[in-house]
Amino acid sequence: MATATSLNRRAFLKKSAAGGAGLMIGMYLPGKYEALASASTMNPTAINAWVQISPDNRTTLLIDKSEMGQGISTALTMILADELDLDWKKIKTIFAPAAPQYFNPVFGLQGTGGSTSVRGSWEPLAKAGAAAREMLVATAAKRWKVQPSECHTENSAVVHTASARRMEYGTLVNEAAQLPVPANPKPKDPKEYKYVGKATKRLDSREKVTGEAEFGIDVRRPKMLHAAVARCPVFGGTVKSFDGSKAKGVKGVKHVVQISTGVAVVAENTWSAMQGREALQITWNEGANAKNSSATIRKLYRERAEQPGVVARKDGDADAKLATAAKKIEAIYEVPYLAHATMEPMNCTADVRADGCDIYAPTQFQTFVQKTGAKITGLKPEQVKVHTTYLGGGFGRRAEQDFIAEAVELSKATSVPVQVTWSREDDMQHDFYRPAVLVKMNAGFDTSGAPVAWKSRIVSPSIMSRFFPGSVKNGLDDSATEGLATSKYDVPNLLVEYALTETGVPVGFWRSVGCSHNGYIAECFVDEMAKAAGKDPYEFRRGLLSKDSRQRGVLELAATKAEWSKALPEGRYRGIAVVESFGSYVAEVAEISIDRKAHTLQVHRVVAAVDCGRVVNPETIRAQIEGAIVYGLTAALKGEITIANGRVEQGNFNDYDMVRMNEMPKVEVHIVESLDGPGGVGEPGTPPIAPAVCNAIFAATGKPVRSLPIKPEDLA
Amino acid sequence: MAVTFTLNGKSTTVETDPQMPLLWVLRDTLNMTGTKFGCGMALCGACTVHINGEATRSCITPVSSVAGKKVTTIEGLSTDASHPVQKAWMEEDVPQCGYCQSGQIMSAAALLAKKPNPSDADIDDAMSGNICRCGTYQRIRKAIHRAASLQTTK
Repeated sequence: MATATSLNRRAFLKKSAAGGAGLMIGMYLPGKYEALASASTMNPTAINAWVQISPDNRTTLLIDKSEMGQGISTALTMILADELDLDWKKIKTIFAPAAPQYFNPVFGLQGTGGSTSVRGSWEPLAKAGAAAREMLVATAAKRWKVQPSECHTENSAVVHTASARRMEYGTLVNEAAQLPVPANPKPKDPKEYKYVGKATKRLDSREKVTGEAEFGIDVRRPKMLHAAVARCPVFGGTVKSFDGSKAKGVKGVKHVVQISTGVAVVAENTWSAMQGREALQITWNEGANAKNSSATIRKLYRERAEQPGVVARKDGDADAKLATAAKKIEAIYEVPYLAHATMEPMNCTADVRADGCDIYAPTQFQTFVQKTGAKITGLKPEQVKVHTTYLGGGFGRRAEQDFIAEAVELSKATSVPVQVTWSREDDMQHDFYRPAVLVKMNAGFDTSGAPVAWKSRIVSPSIMSRFFPGSVKNGLDDSATEGLATSKYDVPNLLVEYALTETGVPVGFWRSVGCSHNGYIAECFVDEMAKAAGKDPYEFRRGLLSKDSRQRGVLELAATKAEWSKALPEGRYRGIAVVESFGSYVAEVAEISIDRKAHTLQVHRVVAAVDCGRVVNPETIRAQIEGAIVYGLTAALKGEITIANGRVEQGNFNDYDMVRMNEMPKVEVHIVESLDGPGGVGEPGTPPIAPAVCNAIFAATGKPVRSLPIKPEDLA
Repeated sequence: MAVTFTLNGKSTTVETDPQMPLLWVLRDTLNMTGTKFGCGMALCGACTVHINGEATRSCITPVSSVAGKKVTTIEGLSTDASHPVQKAWMEEDVPQCGYCQSGQIMSAAALLAKKPNPSDADIDDAMSGNICRCGTYQRIRKAIHRAASLQTTK
């Protein structure tokens, strides 16, 4: 998603309930992200995080972000543990309910995405923790009749330094909650951090190795039934007629119900629901999209690429300079639709009653879940309670509301809690795909070989036109042009055009969004430019990054750690790529070997350098970069969703396979030490891997890889 | 039809469709949700359990076929996360989203029971049926080696 704009923030304390159950702390953060949220949804009392300290000195931290593997429940806890000097062994985390006080300051609503969790929450959370600490110290100091400056805090207690007298937070908290909130709390100096900045083991590992961690699909409610939904395989198709009599005859099936997305079978268990679904007889109105195919889409894109698009970036006059350039190159790059393929298929559990609605879901966007529940049930949003579980992968897919709506509709229709479970085939064939994209590019060079002009025309559908229509102005969708329109290379005449082209295939946010395709396309074309200029790809890039020392910094770090200039053993090749995305910079060097007779490729080693500014948990950063590389590598080597007769041809991991243990390269991650503002970490590791691998193939064969996934002919 | 088998050391009888895969008997009939659904076609490994000590994909195993056998799930690997594989997983910070990890751990435990000191090639063979979408393979490999050394020092 688009990057954060500047934020205003101030802290305030919400007093605990009359029973004195403990100190609750929160902050008010008006988001300035008007492009993404209409004014009426911006709640002027938005608060970001809550801490409860019980009288027995245990801390419960409410995590307002969705934990989908990125380690956010640990990172946010580390920030607070440092500011409050909490006893790490007495911390528990739970997921916050849906409420305006949990709005993500970057979005102006409650949601996790765009690699915004740490960079959006760090400062406000630190200030809230600092405020709470000052109030606890003030309370203890008053009881001891000493100055607050004579006290320090450690392990969830206030200590009078000189006399070593000690009071646990749990005994102070009720009185502390009555104090006015400090107007200017002083967060810790980074030199004092015990946790932040240091590699810290995840808090959720134990429950994830015992099977105790509850994912959406694990939710069990009294009287709950299970549902499987038959959906038209053609996008946009509808039910013409159906016969549910055979389905009803399947043992365990209780109901057959038509809903907005198709026909549902509701049964006592998941297996019976799926068996019942097999017995449904449905006639579909397939609709106009039945004529779509990958071939028709490709033809549409190629035709569209021949007409100008809307200008997304214009430096100088690329068209004029290209016309007179001493040397020119042209290329068309194409990438396919990609499925998210989270390991946990889509699912949602809803319990709709007359007085309210509870939704249990592995969701990334709690505010939208409330809205979905309210719209379908007619209840007010506040009556819709959202229970966020662990997510078995998100990658942007779980921001969507389709699987939420199905569960709400079915619970409303049957008057019991209903869990809708998607099969792997459902998940793969009813996704909001990473768009298929075509980019036509031209570059021009002067007589010395320096690039003087670079023109890109991006043909792609628009995710924001559906998801946040207000943000698409004059036909420009930043999520489609990022990675090319945001280039920092020293090319004096730069033109990026965007030709918004819809195809009837639903598209959505996929880990690293526009940079997932434009990062590959830009960085592979840069290698083609380097070759035209007669330069080493690393040196070529280095010479064109005078404007961005951080981008040059990660490039140099990756190249140094990969020993770029050291000769490789016979048959091995290297490729390099650097991409800025979501406020961070990542460079990757891939080391490969190819068998040009067998047309096979092996990726041996990936060296990654990441500059994400100040860090909270280097351990989870390393893990995220490692994982993001595997995600992008899978796309580069295997990822392709194809369309025939308006429907997705792939269905399971036999025809949409993933990189597995035996294909895993050795990955090294180097983190730049920095005091810059924090950048995102969840997504930036993905864009550079495809171009790094393809550039290594280019080095090996002399032929650029102009489409993904890499095919046997690319390795010939 | 009633099917009786040993589940995590206890005799268990279920009355279900004999064709119902063991995965759904575990998850829906017995409410033991540690074993996960990922693909339904034995392609991803998320559903891995042990049947008479062998790593088996429960999503394609009809419950009738486990009659009289010993079934071990992730819940039965230990009572307190103390199995060497679980300890190694925590020490190496393996899980990210964690959804595939029950299956990964069961496959790894079965490997180590047969080959207490597996080579990287052994690990490839035993573990390539388990997909991790978060990409934790490098840490899984390291944790398997670590679990092997934890086992020998017990």
